[in-house]
Amino acid sequence: MSEMPQPLPTGSEWSFESIELYDREIGRVAREYGLDVYRHQLEVITAEQMMDAYASIGMPVYYHHWSFGKHFLSTEKGYKRGQMGLAYEIVINSDPCIVYLMEENTMPMQALVIAHAAYGHNSFFKGNYLFRTWTSAEAIVDYLVFARNVIAECEERYGEEEVEQLLDACHALMSVGVDRYKRPPKLSLNKEKERRTERESYLQSQVNDLWRTLPQGQERETAQSERRFPAEPEENLLYFIEKNAPLLEPWQREIVRIVRKIGQYFYPQRQTQLMNEGWACFWHYTMLYHLYDQRQLADGFMLEFLQHHTNVVFQPPFNSRRFGGINPYALGFAMWRDIQRICQEPTAEDREWFPDLAGSDWRESMDFAMRNFKDESFVAQYLSPRLMREFRLFNILDDPREPTLRVRAIHDEQGYRTLRQCLAEQYNLGSREPDIQVWNVDLRGERSLTLRHFKYQGRDLSESRDAVLKHVAALWGFPVRLEEQDEDGEVRHLTEVRIDRRKENQRP
Amino acid sequence: MLQIIDRRNDSKNKSAVNRNRFIRRFKGQIRKAVQDAIVRRKIADIDNGERVGIPSKDISEPQFHHGRGGRWSVVQPGNDRYLTGDEIERPEEGAGGRGSGASLDGEGLDDFVFTLSREEFLDIFFDDLALPHLIKTQLARITEYKRVRAGYTSTGVPANINVVRSLRGATGRRLAAGGPYRKTLRALHAELAELEACGSGDGERAAEIRTEIARLLRRIETLPFIDTFDLRYNSRIRVPAPSTQAVMFCVMDVSGSMDEQKKRIAKRFFMLLYLFLTRTYEHIEIVFIRHHTLALEVDEDDFFRSRETGGTVVSSALELMLRIVRQRYASNVWNIYCAQASDGDNWEADSPKCRELLESSLVPLIQYYAYIEISEGEPQNLWREYARVMASHPQRFAMQQIGGPEDIYPVFRELFRKSLA
Repeated sequence: MSEMPQPLPTGSEWSFESIELYDREIGRVAREYGLDVYRHQLEVITAEQMMDAYASIGMPVYYHHWSFGKHFLSTEKGYKRGQMGLAYEIVINSDPCIVYLMEENTMPMQALVIAHAAYGHNSFFKGNYLFRTWTSAEAIVDYLVFARNVIAECEERYGEEEVEQLLDACHALMSVGVDRYKRPPKLSLNKEKERRTERESYLQSQVNDLWRTLPQGQERETAQSERRFPAEPEENLLYFIEKNAPLLEPWQREIVRIVRKIGQYFYPQRQTQLMNEGWACFWHYTMLYHLYDQRQLADGFMLEFLQHHTNVVFQPPFNSRRFGGINPYALGFAMWRDIQRICQEPTAEDREWFPDLAGSDWRESMDFAMRNFKDESFVAQYLSPRLMREFRLFNILDDPREPTLRVRAIHDEQGYRTLRQCLAEQYNLGSREPDIQVWNVDLRGERSLTLRHFKYQGRDLSESRDAVLKHVAALWGFPVRLEEQDEDGEVRHLTEVRIDRRKENQRP
Repeated sequence: MLQIIDRRNDSKNKSAVNRNRFIRRFKGQIRKAVQDAIVRRKIADIDNGERVGIPSKDISEPQFHHGRGGRWSVVQPGNDRYLTGDEIERPEEGAGGRGSGASLDGEGLDDFVFTLSREEFLDIFFDDLALPHLIKTQLARITEYKRVRAGYTSTGVPANINVVRSLRGATGRRLAAGGPYRKTLRALHAELAELEACGSGDGERAAEIRTEIARLLRRIETLPFIDTFDLRYNSRIRVPAPSTQAVMFCVMDVSGSMDEQKKRIAKRFFMLLYLFLTRTYEHIEIVFIRHHTLALEVDEDDFFRSRETGGTVVSSALELMLRIVRQRYASNVWNIYCAQASDGDNWEADSPKCRELLESSLVPLIQYYAYIEISEGEPQNLWREYARVMASHPQRFAMQQIGGPEDIYPVFRELFRKSLA
């Protein structure tokens, strides 16, 4: 390199010029490390706007709903009383990738956020297979605008209350409104728009066909009586309702679809939180140190940066008052650092556990890991014995059939594999959340919908199930039953919700 | 190319819509919380925002979750004591359930606490209440007018003549009317000067010109210095001035039969009335009158604190109030409200006198008179007499019986319910 890079501006006040300078330098370092990112766009916002972004899950545009107001109020309360700071950043998986900078932040903080979000998260969004297959970054903002307009239009036409009730019901099912295994088609705004009208009429005709009550001839009758619907159980409740709920109006189906699509868009985030946050922390740490090593950053800057950084990646022990589960920033950061270490300075133990990884090119290996894993498989693949010792991990088994809790494994030779397996399982959304599927629809009788909960490890559903079922019944329009199937295959009827008429007020 | 966008000035209050929806949606619960809040407040600090809590379970957004029970396995960090195979006593609340318990912030898990702004607080508090005939007194029957200047007119009374404007008009008129004469004059003067220069100043033509000049000067002089046409008058018009002040009389019986509990009930009732008036009027004065056999005007502290024993003569308070109104609160400038609280225990002979006083003197002067009787069981004699007042002035007089604190709010609503309803 012919010219020495210039030192970056010092001082804690930021200005648009200094942000630009920092961004240029961080971007240069990112390119040197070969990070592949979307273009990005930095937006300076106020604390209030940050709280607002919180309330709407960070989305720059979103439809209106009371629950966002509720989240805003609770954030505001915590913030005003000084009980919580706001997150330093929110970043949106879109192309261009939108990064919010809060105006209160100092320059070192802004630099941290730029490195963390605009390059760290951004490259993760662009590279990770889940995001690549399940979301389309270039379409999301347009889709949200489309969604907001559709919903506003419906509110005007059918009344805010009507729309609100529908959204309440859809939100209740958002977590069971995703395709976990099936790959969804890409989101495209134009197609959405074009097809909207078309779809409305088509869908309605499909539903009508399913529910046709006129007799269709004797032979069909007998055939139908054996027909099961759905032929295969359906895991995506919202999808099933959108396509098959007999009484929904076309506009209602459209709203169900919108909520489902947005839920699906967020699903990869929930599956990769540990990796994603860890990745972003790893890169802000690595890149800012790189700049420091090139003498572009002042000591004061680094002190402030390190203070924030250590706060973020701090893991309190289980018996601390501050303990709130495993901090994904802490574990994620440690794991990426550990992978880098295994590549660069492997020990004998590492060579035994990670023969392929040890001594390989760290950039290539990390890139591979970032692209092809999710939290569950990432832990199962890369959690090293050394890290388990460092975190002093241990596993507790709570089996209601036993009188006491049992420590099943600790960070020792016998425990490593169990620990790793258990921790990976802890990140498996499929087992963390209840598995509920559409089992059957009584086509010939009262049109009731039967959902089945597949019990896992003997875990019951929480009490909230009744409230959720009411929402399902409101959408379905006919009785809804819930049954559970335990691990031995035994099926038990749990509860049933009937509503007199869909239009009836379901509110407390 | 990097883009930095400054969004700080866009769409302030973007969240307002969602916030309003939240409040609208849970109005029932919030209203109840506001009612509870009112109990803790003093009249003086009632006019601020308020932190309210509503049950979290009402506003929860249900989703399918795992409940307790079943086998759970948890990996936790920071092991400093356990070996494989150790057995641990089962804690009360289950082992692995500590996932997101900390999110609800110290207030206890039962309440969702947030701050209502002053406006939101009061709006909810006074939702669908209105002082009776508010519209009538505020808009339709405006008794007070202000005279304000509104430029100048050409008609009016001599006292309003605006001298400067009138003279300015006169000068202009004279200039305009004399203009043609002066033009001729100037021409004649010039001709005369020419004649004189060439020595024919004594000629026939010169004499003619001189006569003409004299005639024209006379004409100019005869233009009137001021004409009725010039007169301008200051114009004043009457603008209805909505009366923005109110006085509220709090009348309370402090005789021996009114115990602390009853006084507290009365206080809350007065508080509500005060609050309501602050929503409607810019300036409110409160007069506290307490009475047993004698009535006294006191300050707020004394009003609620001191206790005296003795009999009860309600009319003494009414007489004092009437005196105060006449001295200090002319009823064309002040909106007068009165709230009276008593246990209804009056001297038998005094009650008809009270009715007499109210009907003949007080009720015509005031906007609204609200009487609450804090007692249980049969109403006392005062109630019966007041009932007759109410019968003859149903628009301005209201009375209710209150048994305990929980009755205050419904009674308040009853008393001040929108008359449209």
